[in-house]
Amino acid sequence: MKKHELPQDKGDLENFTREVCYVKNKEGKYEKGLSTGWKIKQAALDNAWEEIERIVAETKKSVLNGEVSPIKYYMELQVMDMPVLSAYTGFWSFQIKRHMKPSVFNKLTTSKLEKYASAFNISIDELKNLK
Amino acid sequence: MTQEEFNHIQTAHCENGVTVNLLKMKGLDSITEPLAFGIGSGLFYIHVPFLKINKGPAISFRSMPGAIFKKTCKALDIDVTHKRFRSMEKAQSFLDSRIDTGNPVGCQVGVFHLMYFPKSYRFHFNAHNLIVYGRENDNYLVSDPIMETTTSLTRVELEKVRFTKGPFAPKGHVYYPENVGEVSNDLLRQAIVKGIKNNIRMMIQIPSIRAGAKGIKFTAGQIPKWREKLGEKKAGLYLGQIVRMQEEIGTGGGGFRFLYAAFLEQAAEKLQDDRLISISEQLTKSGDLWRDSALQMAGIYKGRITSIKDFEDSANILKEISALEKDAFRNLKALKLRV
Repeated sequence: MKKHELPQDKGDLENFTREVCYVKNKEGKYEKGLSTGWKIKQAALDNAWEEIERIVAETKKSVLNGEVSPIKYYMELQVMDMPVLSAYTGFWSFQIKRHMKPSVFNKLTTSKLEKYASAFNISIDELKNLK
Repeated sequence: MTQEEFNHIQTAHCENGVTVNLLKMKGLDSITEPLAFGIGSGLFYIHVPFLKINKGPAISFRSMPGAIFKKTCKALDIDVTHKRFRSMEKAQSFLDSRIDTGNPVGCQVGVFHLMYFPKSYRFHFNAHNLIVYGRENDNYLVSDPIMETTTSLTRVELEKVRFTKGPFAPKGHVYYPENVGEVSNDLLRQAIVKGIKNNIRMMIQIPSIRAGAKGIKFTAGQIPKWREKLGEKKAGLYLGQIVRMQEEIGTGGGGFRFLYAAFLEQAAEKLQDDRLISISEQLTKSGDLWRDSALQMAGIYKGRITSIKDFEDSANILKEISALEKDAFRNLKALKLRV
């Protein structure tokens, strides 16, 4: 990539930082260049977040319909997957899958709920009463 | 150490940056980011099987987290101290004792709670690196190499990012070089050659179809299948994931290929070997092709072009890159570099 080709597009890095890229200068030698962002990458990032938001909204619907427990919703909201949630709560993933069934979730002890609430950085009340 | 005393150097990649900043502070003036990356054999490609990251393919353009710092220091005869902790208090007090005596440390952190990052960049990625170089009461002074300027974190914020959980959980990991001696030109040349040889092994000699230059071809083969199996939308998201991994802040663009090209350019000068320049050009070409592939893939994930031919066109660019990188590292191997 040549120095004059280094994209300077607006994106989520605005007001945070510019990023270093390695570019060729006029003499054909590499040097550090600073870029505000590249719209191609920004589109990929936007696309990924749109998908996350879609899944979160969909999961919320399933929770309100009584198909899955709020654990699934908060997991998606916090962009977690099974290994991450498992590490934060100390539960095995098969246990978490069980806890995602509303019938099992409703009988969970406070200490178990507490583990989920702290993993999601919310109160037990928020965990139990999704609106 | 105060903000005035600390000389913050911004780099493309966090681990290179921590390596360069810490070594320069210890008097190693000759170190640059491309040299740290190349001596640390940072260039790689792997398409990890069975693993999904953020519901997409697990692809990496560089070696394992921690490897660059470790290999660079080892090749330059520098001792390294690493510490991980079970207890947050011990982790914090160890860090305090280092910085209070004027010794900055490298810290491994998770980015999900890293407040000075834009929200959209904060995923559960636990192998980010930064330097803590001092504190003012409960405010910790941070040099994050990918940021233009130094930043700071409160005690609680710092504790949180040092003890994130999940894959690569940092467990309060701190590290710093010790006994940085005189690095002679000979030693530097040896380290460069060692780094190149190791990278040749990683790129063309690992017996797996998913790793090194072959791995790129493997991904290329998957792309049309994704469309068939998962549909246009999901396959598009998968392509977006490749582009994000490749162009994510910290790669220097083109999935580290430009950074490695810059390394070979500097290596040519240090080793007085012009043959490396033409291989550097090959890596530049590869970086440019990676960016072309991103352009092509963007058409797909933006939903503008979605036919099977469009997917095949993306795959074909990756196949071309695979062949090019294979050739570049074969050429490096044929040089039979020695010091």
